[in-house]
Amino acid sequence: MALHEILLQQLFNGLLIGSFYGLVAIGYSMVYGIIKLLNFAHGDIYMIGAFSGLIFLSIASPYIGAGWPSLILGLLITMLLVGLLGVLIQRVAYRPMLKAPRLSILITALAVSMILYNTVMLLSAGRYRAFNVDISSESFYLGALRLTETRVILIVAAFTLMFIMHMFITKTMYGKAMRAIALDRDTCQLMGIDVFKIIALTFFVGSALAAAAGIMAGVYYGTIHFFMGFLIGLKAFTAAVIGGIGIIPGAMLGGLLLGLLEAFGTQIPFIGTEWKDVFSFAFLILFLIFKPNGLLGRSESERM
Amino acid sequence: MAETKNKHKIKNPFEGIIEKLFMIFENKIYLYGFFAALVVFLVIFPNTSSRFTQEIMTNLFFYVVVCLGLNIIVGYAGLLHLGYAAFFAVGAYTTGILSSRMGMDFWLTIPFSIVAAVIAGLAIGFPTLRLRGDYLAIVTLGFGEITRLTIRNLDVTGGAIGLIGIQRPEFFGITLNQISHFYYMFFILAILAIIVSYRLENSRMGRAWEYIREDEDAAAAMGINVTTSRLYAFIIGSAFGAVAGSFFAAKMTAISPDSFMFIHSVMFLMAVVLGGMGKIPGVVLGSVLVVLIPEVARGIGPYRLLIFGFLLLIIMLYRPQGIWPEKPTISTDE
Repeated sequence: MALHEILLQQLFNGLLIGSFYGLVAIGYSMVYGIIKLLNFAHGDIYMIGAFSGLIFLSIASPYIGAGWPSLILGLLITMLLVGLLGVLIQRVAYRPMLKAPRLSILITALAVSMILYNTVMLLSAGRYRAFNVDISSESFYLGALRLTETRVILIVAAFTLMFIMHMFITKTMYGKAMRAIALDRDTCQLMGIDVFKIIALTFFVGSALAAAAGIMAGVYYGTIHFFMGFLIGLKAFTAAVIGGIGIIPGAMLGGLLLGLLEAFGTQIPFIGTEWKDVFSFAFLILFLIFKPNGLLGRSESERM
Repeated sequence: MAETKNKHKIKNPFEGIIEKLFMIFENKIYLYGFFAALVVFLVIFPNTSSRFTQEIMTNLFFYVVVCLGLNIIVGYAGLLHLGYAAFFAVGAYTTGILSSRMGMDFWLTIPFSIVAAVIAGLAIGFPTLRLRGDYLAIVTLGFGEITRLTIRNLDVTGGAIGLIGIQRPEFFGITLNQISHFYYMFFILAILAIIVSYRLENSRMGRAWEYIREDEDAAAAMGINVTTSRLYAFIIGSAFGAVAGSFFAAKMTAISPDSFMFIHSVMFLMAVVLGGMGKIPGVVLGSVLVVLIPEVARGIGPYRLLIFGFLLLIIMLYRPQGIWPEKPTISTDE
């Protein structure tokens, strides 16, 4: 393959993986913006999404097959259920801790993450599970770019979800309330916003998007396992920091950028795929040193 | 702060029971008597027990050392550290490489592992701590994973197989190779760690950490450099972990990346949080629980982490100060 063909192919791969990162990073960034919590369990929510999708498919496929219609139905149902799980976690584990010292709520988040992935580990016997779907894997060429139907639909779906999310945050009352709470929670309460309802809604939306990304990753990679959420949680945080934590378009931008960086980074000589994760982490450290407020963040110090 | 504490107290179903139990220690004579008896018991212990129980006890002392180091970061400075196993690995691998590949004497490798840990601590701590304290949690989480991956991928660290042939340390002409030798070595280390922790806690720096933990803004207003103090805690804690790692390498003589997983970082953190963050007796108690529970209840093996996850959640929700109470008295607000 000529160089420009490799670059074009990596551009597409990077955007696809980056859109998964972006979807997970949105929830991470929203939760940090609204209650200043690094939600370690968010990566596990993504993993739970993938497993829920698999369970739905194995139940539904005898009746409606495992093609695109049942996949889309599964996606919607999983998003709803996992969104509700996110709200439940928020209610049980995080809400009582909102006024506690910061360290306590971080440890609580770690505990939730441990509970989620150990539960799935025990239920799935710690094995890789095949994500069996009945969709076409034939490839076709668009210019020099080799594509499959699956990849095109996945990238379109991911970008559609991101667009809907962007509209939700910028154009609706709820989105406005979320942005307001991120600025000043106490004043919002005085203004008559039901703060706890909006926080619950934030967890619902964030978890639903992570679940959607989990299912898409299942379709893309073909296998899922209980530890898949760990690294993506780290990368979603990196993406959120790159874009400016708490800023929703920043999370999407950061996710896409990180995906592209990884795709192109592994093409550099001497940096093989086994160094991919080291590469993105080094990038996080560099960003924290030189541009801690992210690409879209304003440079202001932490408010008291 | 006061509000939260009261809120937690109302919900606590075990109110008072544990406090009464610990009240025995309020009497100084009982306290010192207890400690003296404990030390005597631990010194004669190897003569009366099997190699297996000695092994467990050695592991316990080792946990006490590591967790007291982690406690400096988590308990004293109030920073969540999720990659402590990586700093422990830095120490173990520095000793391992210098000893097995260059034939350096064990005791001479310790300064090198401290230097390596300080460099790693600065590389991670400096960019992160001048921003927000809680960024450290996720950056250390990433660092833990990256260190493990790096160790696996490099040649000098022996890749996935690890390093073998690390030399046994010599002590006044005696080569330490029996389990009872290591029992006493880690026993002395644990006592040293307790003394160092105690001195740190009551130093000027220790008071600054306490102030920052209680009220960061007020501490800054009183002229305490918050970032520098936290960085000190992070680096001292990292060096602590590295020294423990060096001794670990000397005891095992072979190390591999599997000894430094995320799960190990979590177990160390568990020990610190369970007994009571920031308190030496609490950390010791936590280490005892984390080491002995899986040994006593063998059946819980696969469910261990799930159970620890729930324990962590329940402790944070109902008893955020840990099992060992803040002051060994019955609370006075009733």
